[in-house]
Amino acid sequence: MTVATPARQRRLGRLERSALTGVLVREVVNFSSYWRSSTFSSTVEPTIYLLAFGFGFGALVGRIGGYEYVEFVGTGTVATAVLFSSAFPAMFGTFVKYQFQRTYDAILAAPVDTEELVTAEALWIATRAGVYGCVPLLVAIAFGLDPAWGMLAVPLIAWVSGFGWACFGISVAGFSKSFENFNYVVSAVLTPLFLVAGTFFPLDRLPGWAQFLGNFNPLHHCVELVRHAAFGWEGWTDLLRLGVLVVFGLVVWRIAIRAMTRKLID
Amino acid sequence: MSDLAIRLRGVVKRYGPITAVDGLDLDVPLGTCVGLLGPNGAGKSTTMRLLTAQAIADEGELELLGFRLPEESKQARAQLGVTPQLDNLDVTLTVEQNLLVFAYLYRIGRGERRDAVERALELAKLVDRRDSRVDKLSGGMRRRLLIARALVHRPRLVLLDEPTVGLDPQVRQELWALVDALRSEGTTILMSTHYIEEAQRLADTVLIMSHGKAVAAGTPAELVREHAGDEVLEVYGPPSRLAEVEAEAAGEGLRTRRTGTSVSVLGVESGNGFAPEGERRPANLEDVFVLLTGEEIA
Repeated sequence: MTVATPARQRRLGRLERSALTGVLVREVVNFSSYWRSSTFSSTVEPTIYLLAFGFGFGALVGRIGGYEYVEFVGTGTVATAVLFSSAFPAMFGTFVKYQFQRTYDAILAAPVDTEELVTAEALWIATRAGVYGCVPLLVAIAFGLDPAWGMLAVPLIAWVSGFGWACFGISVAGFSKSFENFNYVVSAVLTPLFLVAGTFFPLDRLPGWAQFLGNFNPLHHCVELVRHAAFGWEGWTDLLRLGVLVVFGLVVWRIAIRAMTRKLID
Repeated sequence: MSDLAIRLRGVVKRYGPITAVDGLDLDVPLGTCVGLLGPNGAGKSTTMRLLTAQAIADEGELELLGFRLPEESKQARAQLGVTPQLDNLDVTLTVEQNLLVFAYLYRIGRGERRDAVERALELAKLVDRRDSRVDKLSGGMRRRLLIARALVHRPRLVLLDEPTVGLDPQVRQELWALVDALRSEGTTILMSTHYIEEAQRLADTVLIMSHGKAVAAGTPAELVREHAGDEVLEVYGPPSRLAEVEAEAAGEGLRTRRTGTSVSVLGVESGNGFAPEGERRPANLEDVFVLLTGEEIA
């Protein structure tokens, strides 16, 4: 007996659009069933930070780095919103879909590879982060922040940043054997990065070594870029910051693919 | 000349010290339904995962619809439908949404997507439940949807991994009808199961697996004739009596198997008058199964 002749077709390549579309459609259709809770948590949380710090501290601090404190925090919490709407959903969502819903088994039985699956998931989360990231800015505008043309770049900054953090979350889920491991990552990695990002206080008052380390915090670059989008660009420095975000995104993207391949393919 | 939809040669898959699949050869001719029968842990599910390249073989050759695995797996998967053992439907979505998502994942063109979803709804007999959320469906409906989801793109080959495990007998028969209809349309099917009756009813040929190897292959009738003979004598009694019968049968060169409360003496028609008191019945696939795998099953 001979083996069936395959219906020869174009050899399917990597990162095909139709595969990415399939995974994205699944996410979009699912989003229709949970968008309320997701939008609520992704927008209310940073807004509470903004109001609590902006008005709580704002009453004590007044001006900081040449800005009204509420303006300082209003632009800074964009990064917080991005982090909360990318790293966290990526960590938990990936783990749930892998472990409990076994969604990835179903998707990988279709003509979709792990690389495409991870990429599409990250693109989707980045897009949500790009939208949710704008919420603190809109709230700040409602409380007196002057709109500026540069702010139109904020969704893009939030998107690039969100892509990296989504891949970070997927990597964490990929390497974790259980939910409990997430605690280590949140306490030891995300909380310090979140606090020392220049969101609530400027890094230039910190000791030199802390300022130096701040340059390796992608969240810090996101904070600075958003602030400059609102108050005025800083030319090459900002391009460099965007470059850092892009490199961060690309590196963790590859890590996420590797982590999930290990997890999904025996 | 018939063509093969699946061809495995000497396939080995190890997980650490455990060899889940141990030199497996498997042929599935196009247009047939092959049943993989084996006890839990025989390597059936690992074989299924190898066929979708969710597991990569350590040794051996795998071809699926003429594509080499794992290199050309994505092309193969485009023409393959898979029903997993564990339900992985999107439970907060409706029946129709679940099918639509897979119409995209299986790259059905825009113009044909609607029709494909309708056809799958009819196949699953869920047309009037199209707007129900999956978590509101009964177990049988969910399983029908799971199968229909794998057929939305009219695959040439379908893998059914334990399609009726954990279902009521009535529901199981419904699903058998669905699989039978598929078979009569000429779709090639590889089905793993540990229900003897399922394999006997649906499969053209059966491959019995044990400890990662194929221990026998053939049509259910051939297997029964070859390994268990025509008739079986079922002898009931206290354990001491059963041991006695076993010894006597062995003396006559007959094979026996224990079934808990009785001893079954296989191939009694060739037993030269060996006839302890008991019930005669035709030999069946279960006799073969237990004989070859040494294990009782559900």
